[in-house]
Amino acid sequence: MLRSDLNAIYVVVAREFIKFVRERGRLISTLARPLIWLFLVGGGMSRMVSPDMGMPYMQFIFPGIIGMTILFSSIFSSISIIWDKEFGFMKEMLVAPVSRFSIVVGKALSGTVVSTLQALIILLLFPVIGFKLGIVQILLILGISILLSFCISSLGILIASFYENFESFSVIMNFIVMPMFFLSGAMYPVKLLPPLLGLFTRINPLTYGIDALKYMVFPEKKLLTHDFPLGLDIAVIAVASVVFVVIAGNVFEKRK
Amino acid sequence: MSIITVENLSKRFGDLAAVDGISFEVEKGTIFGFLGPNGAGKTTTINILCTLLSPTSGTARINGHDCMKGSAEVRKVIGIVFQDNTLDKELTAYENLLFHSYLYQIPKKVRKVRIEEALNFVGLFERRNEQVKKFSGGMKRRLEVARSIIHQPKVLFLDEPTLGLDPQSRTNLWEFIATLPEQQDVTVFMTTHYMEEAEICNKIAVIDKGKIIASGSPEDLKKSIGGDVIYLKTRNNTQAVQEIKDKLRIDAEERDGEVFLSVAKGDACIPTLITTLADMVISVRLQRPTLNDVFLKLTGKAIRPESVTGGDELKAAIRSYRRKFDKG
Repeated sequence: MLRSDLNAIYVVVAREFIKFVRERGRLISTLARPLIWLFLVGGGMSRMVSPDMGMPYMQFIFPGIIGMTILFSSIFSSISIIWDKEFGFMKEMLVAPVSRFSIVVGKALSGTVVSTLQALIILLLFPVIGFKLGIVQILLILGISILLSFCISSLGILIASFYENFESFSVIMNFIVMPMFFLSGAMYPVKLLPPLLGLFTRINPLTYGIDALKYMVFPEKKLLTHDFPLGLDIAVIAVASVVFVVIAGNVFEKRK
Repeated sequence: MSIITVENLSKRFGDLAAVDGISFEVEKGTIFGFLGPNGAGKTTTINILCTLLSPTSGTARINGHDCMKGSAEVRKVIGIVFQDNTLDKELTAYENLLFHSYLYQIPKKVRKVRIEEALNFVGLFERRNEQVKKFSGGMKRRLEVARSIIHQPKVLFLDEPTLGLDPQSRTNLWEFIATLPEQQDVTVFMTTHYMEEAEICNKIAVIDKGKIIASGSPEDLKKSIGGDVIYLKTRNNTQAVQEIKDKLRIDAEERDGEVFLSVAKGDACIPTLITTLADMVISVRLQRPTLNDVFLKLTGKAIRPESVTGGDELKAAIRSYRRKFDKG
């Protein structure tokens, strides 16, 4: 990779990080969502879902809530590309002597940094939920979070590369982000879904990320734990990331 | 030596020919003005030259590199101030420039110096650590100009750089732009639809409906429409008109209480006029043709409702409304 590209990637990430630190409201609001789901939905459902499944419901959804944190914060972070288009800053990047690919990778890494930090904050709640996680487990969960964040951020950039303004934002939320969340095994085990929904679950990269997180959080295989082999999870996330970045890079490269 | 060469450049959007077979060259170290009404094709041309758009046909070369095939090389040597603001308003002035310096590979040891020089150059050094969202429209423009020169481009594109600024900021920015070729060793390519601003250009191309309809220096263009205009205030206008016609054989007429005549060389004609009319003359006013007159003659319409001849209340009201609107 060229030095110019590394410089560009660095500065795109640095910009996003500075803005993230400056906007504390954004951190609070993006952390509020997973907390509400974890304690209000999870807490309530724990009473309804029978305890003979091997663990309380709130514990079951914990990896899914980490996945949710990553999903929302990665998508929001890379959707900022649409802001950049609308407010003109994208032009500043597009006329610069750097490859489109480095802008896309820079944006994906920005989303990765921001999402992983938020996922870590949620992860550190584990004692409250009744988990005992070792340092190795925490590091492995963090590793999976980084991979998943990069993958979802790249997907977000791919989505954003097709939009010029924010009018379609609710479409993205309602037809991409929310279904991705519900069809990811975050709230219910993948194997209990009806076949058609199960199919959607299997083409959703988030499913594999959450599955890998389950693998790390619940070392013993039980009814509610992971559904796929860890190798498959990581392979799917890695391949999806590359595919998303390459397509997004090409969309950006194309001139009208 | 030409630093920009454009040949037969066209850009179509569906049925609309935004740019329709234009050709021109820009000499190194000059200010080149692209003049025309809204929607004439100015911004489309700039976007092609800046490697953001691809032309439908024709070629554009900057510093010897094709804007399509050699876009990586072209991007290294150009700086741009777009029509719309492209600063990150959440970042400070310094951070915006720092971001730019990374994108343009400015070596680490000169980065700080160049940024500080540029900030000083546009008079924003004192406010470098403020977020851009706190800046006025004029300050944002100046910051954009500063940003566009820190990587020492060979060609600087300014697309309507004074759009939406108040008259004072406009004048300041314009005086500042006039110093750029000499101080920054850069060729300036600018677009405007304010005729008076184009006066600082070495060469102008007038564009309308995607075609270049005239080009040359501002002086050449003005000469092309004929001579100067002289307005006389006299004690007896009717008698003065008659005497000018009889004794000097120049066509004259009375307009709004003044005697009006058009001559090839106004300054040379004034002494003769005064001698001829003896003590009838109260005051003399010589008016050179403006670029607006050029545009009017070429296209049959004024370039903007408020340029040059403006002054009545309605126009002033439109202007102030537009300013508010632009700023908002």
